[in-house]
Amino acid sequence: MKITGFLAAALLSSTALGASAETIRWARAGDSLTLDPHAQNEGPTHALSHQIYEPLIIRDTTGAFEPALATDWAPSEEDPNVWVFNLRDGVTFHDGAEFTAEDVVFSFERAMSEESDMKELLNSITEIRAVDDHTVEFVTDGPNPILPSNMTNLFIMDKGWAEANDAVGVQDYEGGEQTFASTNANGTGPFVLQSREPDVRTVLTRNDDYWGTSDFPMDVSEIVYTPIQNAATRVAALLSGEVDFIQDVPVQDLGRVGETDGLAVKSTPQNRTIFFGLNLGADDLANDDVEGENPLANKKVRQAMNMAINRDAIKKVVMRDQSEPAGMIAPPFVNGWTEEMDNSVSTDVEQAKALMEEAGYGDGFSIQLDCPNDRYINDEAICQAAVGMLAQIGITVNLDAKPKAQHFPLISNEETDFFMLGWGVPTYDSEYVFNFLVHTKGDDRGSWNALGYSNPELDEKIQSLASETDLEVRDQTIADIWSVVQDDVLYIPVHHQVLNWGMTDAVGTEVDPEDSPKFKYFEMN
Amino acid sequence: MAQNEIPRAPSRFARARNSDLYYSFTRTPVAIVSAAVVIVLVLAALLAPLIAPHNPFDPGTLNLMNGFTPPGEANAFTGDYFLLGTDDQGRDVFSTMLYGMRISLFVGFSAVMLAMVVGVVLGLLAGYLGGWVESTIMRIADIQLTFPAILVAMLIFGIAKGITPPAYRDQMAIWVLILAIGLSDWVQFARVVRGATLVEKNREYVQAARLVGRAKFSIMIRHILPNVLNPVLVIATISLALAIIAEATLSFLGVGAPPTRPSLGTLIRIGQEFMFSGEWWILLFPAGTLLALALSINLLGDWLRDALNPKLR
Repeated sequence: MKITGFLAAALLSSTALGASAETIRWARAGDSLTLDPHAQNEGPTHALSHQIYEPLIIRDTTGAFEPALATDWAPSEEDPNVWVFNLRDGVTFHDGAEFTAEDVVFSFERAMSEESDMKELLNSITEIRAVDDHTVEFVTDGPNPILPSNMTNLFIMDKGWAEANDAVGVQDYEGGEQTFASTNANGTGPFVLQSREPDVRTVLTRNDDYWGTSDFPMDVSEIVYTPIQNAATRVAALLSGEVDFIQDVPVQDLGRVGETDGLAVKSTPQNRTIFFGLNLGADDLANDDVEGENPLANKKVRQAMNMAINRDAIKKVVMRDQSEPAGMIAPPFVNGWTEEMDNSVSTDVEQAKALMEEAGYGDGFSIQLDCPNDRYINDEAICQAAVGMLAQIGITVNLDAKPKAQHFPLISNEETDFFMLGWGVPTYDSEYVFNFLVHTKGDDRGSWNALGYSNPELDEKIQSLASETDLEVRDQTIADIWSVVQDDVLYIPVHHQVLNWGMTDAVGTEVDPEDSPKFKYFEMN
Repeated sequence: MAQNEIPRAPSRFARARNSDLYYSFTRTPVAIVSAAVVIVLVLAALLAPLIAPHNPFDPGTLNLMNGFTPPGEANAFTGDYFLLGTDDQGRDVFSTMLYGMRISLFVGFSAVMLAMVVGVVLGLLAGYLGGWVESTIMRIADIQLTFPAILVAMLIFGIAKGITPPAYRDQMAIWVLILAIGLSDWVQFARVVRGATLVEKNREYVQAARLVGRAKFSIMIRHILPNVLNPVLVIATISLALAIIAEATLSFLGVGAPPTRPSLGTLIRIGQEFMFSGEWWILLFPAGTLLALALSINLLGDWLRDALNPKLR
């Protein structure tokens, strides 16, 4: 009795104190690529930045907007081309500097600069004005109704800190540059960077001066983030209690983790589509065996490849049902997605062979497939499966699988002919997909378009989306663009991912459909 | 009559049967069992195209739906049957092991050959010529010995991969592996051969050859080399086991054989991902085979060392 009473008292006191000192040990397959918040538009990179830095607006786990550094925002009543954002009062950066409108102007201008990987999101902005210390106006080149949804991953840096540390320019990640801002961080976010060893271990502690301390659970006092690339090792770490939370439970281990006492798996469809890209614009490919012409430039070859991929087999065997076969490169979350397009491809090896024959490649050809091995769920296994499926229509694929830190620069620098990529849509709108992946590669758009694809007519339509206020017309334009993307088989969609987060019972969180945990929402029991 | 007849030289076979080595072999059960295991495995690898029911290196024949079929059960979707089950890509584990073992053995043998040729040549030169030749060669050897062999192999593999054109990488991967493992392994041959050469070069028969006026290289090859080969043979056998394991290690780390042409190490890497989920056969069979192969070769090497060591007779 005594002991029970003592235990109950201990339990009570611990709940009464709140979980004041709760360390969460977090693991996922890959690390953040850089701490510079504007250098790489990439999921795990943003996921780490979200703990340290904050955007003006974030999305909660349902995808709805929630104020962060801005308290409210609305189109200006005088000028339809202007958005007015009111900023939060009394916010300080981790080094003590005050957060003001100056910092917002600085950060957005930085994110719009040439070297930034976020510029596609902001290309409709022509001017950013600090009206007073806590009001900012964004002037766009036409009314832009969806501007706020482009801001949920745009992190605010301290102008003074960046200037003092020679970090005004965005890090040239692809060029291998290291800057002060790529290895250090000073944000307004709920957690402060303590130490970081890339690919090994990153430690963050709770920011006790955080403006939202009383608005959010803020149960986590320390985050220890360890990337564990090997799937079996990652699961073993969770099973043995070495980590509390893994973001990517391998599909083959869902049953085991779910059935283990004290552990839970939570799942949700992810806002991300996995697909293959093809260099269809080059005159000749560097990594194939066809001289003098580019087989991928032939639409029939692309159609044949699209038909050769057996998405149902990938879903059943490689993904163990944890995916939704895709016929387009945007998930159902996204404005512009239609069931019809998503169901538009079916596997037909015989017809694919016939198409190869018609295209003049009846004897096939060989090509290299570049694939990441630590980014998407079973990425390398999907690529391997594709090797077998394409071999059935005569295409010999040499698979080169490597870590994402080496894979992504190949795409940004257009050094690959055939590659795997996954694309999430944080704006929940097709324009984001078009801006990055379809528009001609140029100064302010198309930075992830490694297809060599350029269609001026389509570019014009894509540009018109930013300022089209009549949503019906806009949706029609989106549908028109999709029909070209689908007809020309620019990409070979594979599937929409399903997220499986594994955690101990002590960790309480919903699964974020963007796969970006925000630890300020976590409740620790 | 009979005593005048010149006895006929015994045939090679008879010589082998009457040798000390054969005597020792027939009286060492461990050696017999090991040799049997090695012979069975090598034959299975050599005859893989005849034995294996599938060709796992032809991706066009794979059916992904066959993936994860347990051994001795029919696949739930296709109804196909596989003796030792299938891996995550629907490859027959038995066939893949046979073909994978070919890669493992080929890489192992070739790498040891390369290491042996490089090591013996450099060791002979260092031991016989002495002077700056010896210092240079042996200091390089010392430097290389300060790095673990697997690190050296990874370094060579990385550089070679970087300079091969991407389109040929898959075909070249095997040769690059051989180069990497071979070059990481020559030092012990060189050291042993140099030591033995230092002893042999002062023997009377070498002095005699020198007096007669034989050229240096002729002496090295015709007189010294045959007399330093015994220890080389022992090292080569043990190195073979190590080279096979080195290949498996590199492939396990994902820097060796390409995933579309798996060796035993690649299969083990694939298999360990499914360890927790109950698909034990992908890991167990290749790992068991690698163990049997390496252990048998090692035991053979041990026996050979003892049998060739005059002091232990």
